[in-house]
Formats: sequence, C-alpha cells, structure tokens
Amino acid sequence: MKAYDIVVIGGGPAGLAAATSAKENGCDSILILERDKELGGILNQCIHNGFGLHTFKEELTGPEYAGGFIDRVNELEIEYKLNTMVMDISRDKVITAMNSEDGLFEIQAKAIILCMGCRERARGALNIPGYRPAGIFSAGTAQRLVNMEGYLPGREVVILGSGDIGLIMARRMTLEGAKVKLVAELMPYSGGLKRNIVQCLDDFGIPLKLSHTVVDIDGKERLKGVTIAAVDENGRPIHGTEEYISCDTLLLSVGLIPENELSNGLGIEMDKVTNGPAVNESLETSLEGVFACGNVLHVHDLVDYVSEEAKIAGENAVRYVSGQYAESTEKLVNIVPENGVRYTVPKFIRTENMPENLTVRFRVGGVVKDCYISTYFDDICVMRKKRPVVAPGEMEEVKIARDLLNQNPDLKQITIRIEKE
Amino acid sequence: MYDVIIIGGGVSGAASARELSRYKAKICLLEKCEDVCCGTSKANSAIVHAGYDAVNGSLMAKLNVRGNNLMEQLSKDLDFPFKRIGSLVVCRSEDGIYELEKLLENGKKNGVKGLKILNQQEAREMEPNISDDVVAALYAPTAGIVCPFNLNIALAENAYENGVEFRFNTEVQEIKKNGDIFDVYTNRGIYQTRYIVNAAGVYADKFHNMVSGNKIHITARSGEYCLLDRKAGKHVNRTIFSLPGKYGKGILVTPTVHGNLLLGPTAHDISDKEATNTTRESLDEVVKKAGLNVKNLPIREVITSFTGLRAHEDKHEFIIGEVEDCKGFIDCAGIESPGLTSAPAIGEMVADILKDLMGLELKENFKATRKGILDPMELSVEERKELIKRNPAYGNIICRCESITEGQILDAIHRALGAKSLDGVKRRTRAGMGRCQAGFCSPRTMEILARELNIPMSEITKSGGESRLILGKNKDKL
Repeated sequence: MKAYDIVVIGGGPAGLAAATSAKENGCDSILILERDKELGGILNQCIHNGFGLHTFKEELTGPEYAGGFIDRVNELEIEYKLNTMVMDISRDKVITAMNSEDGLFEIQAKAIILCMGCRERARGALNIPGYRPAGIFSAGTAQRLVNMEGYLPGREVVILGSGDIGLIMARRMTLEGAKVKLVAELMPYSGGLKRNIVQCLDDFGIPLKLSHTVVDIDGKERLKGVTIAAVDENGRPIHGTEEYISCDTLLLSVGLIPENELSNGLGIEMDKVTNGPAVNESLETSLEGVFACGNVLHVHDLVDYVSEEAKIAGENAVRYVSGQYAESTEKLVNIVPENGVRYTVPKFIRTENMPENLTVRFRVGGVVKDCYISTYFDDICVMRKKRPVVAPGEMEEVKIARDLLNQNPDLKQITIRIEKE
Repeated sequence: MYDVIIIGGGVSGAASARELSRYKAKICLLEKCEDVCCGTSKANSAIVHAGYDAVNGSLMAKLNVRGNNLMEQLSKDLDFPFKRIGSLVVCRSEDGIYELEKLLENGKKNGVKGLKILNQQEAREMEPNISDDVVAALYAPTAGIVCPFNLNIALAENAYENGVEFRFNTEVQEIKKNGDIFDVYTNRGIYQTRYIVNAAGVYADKFHNMVSGNKIHITARSGEYCLLDRKAGKHVNRTIFSLPGKYGKGILVTPTVHGNLLLGPTAHDISDKEATNTTRESLDEVVKKAGLNVKNLPIREVITSFTGLRAHEDKHEFIIGEVEDCKGFIDCAGIESPGLTSAPAIGEMVADILKDLMGLELKENFKATRKGILDPMELSVEERKELIKRNPAYGNIICRCESITEGQILDAIHRALGAKSLDGVKRRTRAGMGRCQAGFCSPRTMEILARELNIPMSEITKSGGESRLILGKNKDKL
C-alpha cells in the first residue's frame, strides 16, 4: 500500500489551497485525489468574473482563479491523481479509491483533508408537484452544459431560487440567446450576493419575484410551463395567486448540500445546520488528523474565503503530521450561535491550539438591518461589530484574538449573537 | 405474417412474450414508447404480495399466489433483484383485529403459507418504528420486494434472446379482423398476425373494445409515491400495509430492493390516462397517511416523488383469456395490483392458452436464463480489480450517488434491447436514481449515449419522443 503524509480528497478550490499550503509549510508527501478529468473543481465551469478580489487583488474568472492555484501545485510538484473516485475512508486513514488506470487501490495517510465540495439540491428534495418532463435542470448542471460543452438546454427559462448559481445562470442563458422570464424565490429575500442580483438580473431586466415558488410543472415529454404562486410567511402557496408561465426550461438554484458521504462513512461528528463536519479551531473533525475545509465544511459565498480556510487546514495538517500539535485536551471552549446566528465554524476551541487570530465564520437566519454582531465571553459582551445589514446570502465573520482568550482563563463558552441597537 | 402479436411491453406483455418464446412461433411485441417498462410497470410499489387479500376463488388470488411462488426462481434464472422480506398489515384499533383475522382466513384459503397474527408487542419487536397506536398485525413471511424495472427488462431481454421481435415507438391505432387474420394498424405500418395478446395496460379496454361487442372499461387510478434516500432505507425492515380499503391496499411504507424507503400510493380515479403528474394534496396525503402506521418518518430525506397509474377494470379482476366474440384475441387486461407479483403466472397462463389454441410445440433450444448487468459492488475487491484490468470502464464512476461505472452504462446501452435514453440507462443501471437525482451524472451519461449510439447530443432524450434535453447551441439564435 502506498503511503502519504497528507492526502487531500478533492482537487477543487479547497483542495488546491490546502495542498499548496501544506507543501509551503514543509510537508513533502502530499497527494490530491480528484474525480474529474482536471483540477479546479466547480471553478472550471464558472466562466464569469468576480473571483479573487480578496486573494489575488484582481477580478478573475473561475478558471483563471483555479489556474493560479493549479500552476502553484505544479510548481511545487505536488502529486495528484485525476479521474479518481474515492470510494471509502477508514478510521485508521486508509483511503480506497478507484480509477480506470490503477483500478481499485488503497492509500495509507497520516492526515486527511476533506475537500469534497458540495452538490445542488434537486427538484425531488423540494417535492414540487407536477409532471416529470425533460427540461428541468439544476442550475449547475445547466451551467456545465452551456459553459463547458456549448449546449443550450433551453430557450425560454424560469429559474426557481435566487442562489448565486441561479443568478449567474440567468445572465448566462440571456447572453447565449435564451429568454429568462423570471426568477422566483421562496424567501422574502434573495439567497445570493447583492452584486449578483444587480449584475445578473437588474442589468438585464429579469424580474425577481420574492416570496414566490413553483407549484406545478406542466409538460409530459418536454417542459411546457410552470405555475408559480405567492407564498405566505410559512412558505405555503397562497390560493388564488397562481400564474402560469410558459417555458421549456426550469432551472433550480435552491440550495447547496455539502457532499459528506465519505465523512458520514468515517463516522465523524456532523453539524446538523451546516450538514458539514463539526470542527475545532484547527478545522479538525472529531476524528483526529482528519481536517475539513471549503464547501464540504459549510457552503461559502466567496471562493476567496474557501482558499483562506483551506490554507489554515493545510497548515494544521502539517502541524499534525509533524507532531507540533497539542493532542486531546481538557480545556474546551464552545462557540454557540444564538439570536439570528445559525451556526459557527469552528464549533469549539481547544485553547492550547488557539491560533494568534481565529476567524469564526457563520451565516444569519434572516435579513437584519442596522444591527450589531456581538461576541460574548460567557455573560460578558467583549466585542460588538456594527453592520448596516446582514443577510443569509452572505457569510459573516468575527475574529477572536488569542490574547483576549488568554485573559479569560475560566472561559467556558463564547456566544455570537445578532443584536439590534 | 406473425403467429402472435403482443401489444404492450410492460411486465405482463414481457412475461407473456418470455413464456411464449418457449414455443415454436413467430412473435412480435409492439410498444408505443421507446423502451419496455414505460407505463404502469415502471411506477408502482414494487411489492411481491403474499396473496392474502385477493378474494378467494378469483383469478387475482390464484395468480398472485402462483406469481409469488415463481418469483424467487425466476429472479435467479433472469438475474434481477428480489428479496423475500415479509410484510405486516397493521391495525390501529381493536375492531381491526377482526379484519386481520378475516384476511388470515382468506389467505389460508388462497394457499398463502406462514400467515400469523401478531400482538402489539410481537409486532413492535419485529418493527420498532411502527406507530404506538398499532394494536395488532398480520405477518406474511412470503411477501417480498422486487426491482420492477429489471423484472420487466429481464423478461423482455430473455424473450428477445429466444426469438421474439420487438418494435418500439410503434403505437397500435386500429385492429381489423379479416377471416382468421388480424390487420394491426400502427404509426409504422400494418402488421398481420393470427393471434393477438392485448397487454396494453390502461389502454387494454380500447383494444378490447375494437374487436368485441362485450365492452370492458378500464379506469386509470393514479397512485402517488415519495421515495426517500437510502439513509432512511432501514426505517422499517418489512413492508408495512394498512388494512385494505375500497380503493386497494392503502398507503404502505416499505424498503425497496435497492435500500431506499418508499411511501405510497394514494388512489384517485382520473380521466386522463397519461396524467402521471403529482399534486400537492396527494403528496401531503402520502406523508400524512404513511405517518399513521410508521412513526418518525424522516420526510426530509425525500429524493423524488412520482405517480403511477393502475389499470383498474370495473369488476376489479384480471381479465385473461380469449375474447368470446373475437377468436384469436387474447386479453390480458385489468392488470392492477397484484399485477407485478402475478406477472410470472400471467405469462404462464397466456402462453398456456395460446399453446392450446394454436397447438404450439416446445423449442429444443429455449434459453431459460439471462445475465443481468454486472454490479461491481457485488464483487470481492480482488474480482473488482481484475474486472477493471480487463475493462477499464469499470474503474470510471459516472453516477457518484449510486456508484455506477461507465462499464455498467456501456453494458446497458449495448446489450439486447439496450437503453436509448437517460431513463433507459437509469432503469437498467440506477445511474441518476440517487440523492442528487442525476444532477451530476446526466451530462456525462448524455455524452456516453451520444458517443455510443453515434447521434448528436441534441438527439438525446430523457425518455424518447419529444423529451429532448438540449434545444440548441450557444448563441445559435443571436
């Protein structure tokens, strides 16, 4: 069996950044396993710009952003295997993978970084009633067909869900010659970035119908139309508001789910809100030496934050394999989301391993204007950050300094809340 | 000129074709869709019923029990998934126990083995997740679950291998009898035959009524289902039924043969025989009623929902036999539940009828077995390594949710009566049937179909006809 110090599962933005960071921090034995035919992950089909403002200080397309990291992987001579599907990971870190060339094979790792990304929620999960014709695609599937293969899946399009991929695809389908009739969003606010609503919908005159959903699907072979309706505050369709929209294509951008089949197989502890692993300050899962970063950990809004997070996971994996890591510890500080904060990553801190500055990322449950993000150490508010608006579509963060933590040796719990003035 | 034309490539038509292919006869099966298993046979509970509820003395009762008895050996001969997991009919009131006892008695008369009434505690020990309200249950150890697609496909492939011709996208429009010969008019020309087997599902009344003065009437009775992720597949170990009611066996909760959990069906008579749409009301009904018998159903794990149509004849009985006022026309009509279970016995019965009428002789070279699509997951690690070495396509995963390889998809496309569409691949291999519902694999499967069938991507369909997936190229209309 081949052995590596660090095996990175997935060669998308998280995997690339984690692997380069591990190498730069002194680990020479690294392998990336990627199931697609090239490195870069989902970025390869994201041909629009807007990537890299934080990381590269310039506006790049997805493939350009990935290209920067792929070049670095090659410069650093990091090993990778393409077209390779990881089938299973055992608790003693034996990875079973498969491809056409090597067949079914096993690799022993000292540390593993989970970077499997996420997948799109499908129509079935929403249980939208109606027929099941051709012409219903998840936005990402349509994006692949259009951007990678040059095929137009349809000409008259309705989009359900205002997640970023849906917004981006509204613009892309329009640019390729399709008519995007509207975007319907179940929630009273968009799930995507503000800039995408402006640049992808407003600039093209595509209406966004908030608090609306698809209630029926028409067409026995190819889609003929959908019925949309307004919804009440509980998301239930309001009788009498139905409107039939003829279209040949329905794109769904209704949420992303971290792809944690392998993590579940490993039996690591999961967070019910993020659907990703529960991790500590080092982005380590409940199984020692197994780290997670990127969209497999929690769905991000910007790839720059994925790269940043993955860099930290890479550093910590190196500390783990080189034995610079304080092992199981008594002192745990939980980070608790409250009052509009849905979750936090990480979920707890082992104080011995606290970095100089810890970024705690999270999302909020609803749109709140003129508010504070407040951080409490037990009952005492230690930080307040003023925000003109917070929204579920955009990630938020607070930074906690080690010095601050050290000043509170009896600290048991950190609480993060959204508070009005 | 054919000896026998079978109308319909559902499970009854395919079973009839397979059993008839034992004999020396020139047989052709006409199917209006692009594949077998496209109507009633593809969307049902996939249950192999024990046979306690069909009225004693009815054809339904006889063929149900016979079909159940035949299924296990058939699943070995034709290599399709079948599991004898047993079933419980649960009742939630003391009054219901009397109904269970009636079912037990009826079942015994029908020849169902092993039936037993369980008290609350015994039922709960067997199925910890049945509702706290359940007071007793009828246990039927001979009930089972089957893959309805592969049962149907296996029968068709085996019939094909034994010489039955198949014509797809061929819709029968009219049937005229000239002396002893039938002229069967289709969208693809006229076929002549001496005998007809009418296995047209919800349309069997249409063809029957073309040739007979004794009219029959089949109503499409829709049944809606919710399918849950494999994560929920062990919520129950056996099929959990309600007490049967006026519209059938009620809403059940069952593991599927592939490890998912299935809830349904509703029962609503509809006028449009193509109306396989789901409705909000019915899906809500499925969830609500399934929850009466089984607690803590993980409804969040729903991955898809669908509607099947039962071919309900007014008298709720199978109609199998030569039409009195039209010699040579064999009905195989009104095949609703337990139709899937009965299919092997229905095939036998249709073949027996025609053997007697036509004086058919057995072939010497009938091949009774068929090999299904190899599932590498069922091999040992060493065998899988060997397989990938021989054929690297088995090392290339296309559908990540169900771990389906390119090798399996190639087999599905190139074997007899192979897949021509995404759904054809899906029903044969399960590619696209998992939790992402083909979001990941559909562009890849489309590419493989286009390459292997040597057709452009724009010709690839979801399920034949106008169900094209690609409508143009970027900027082609700008």
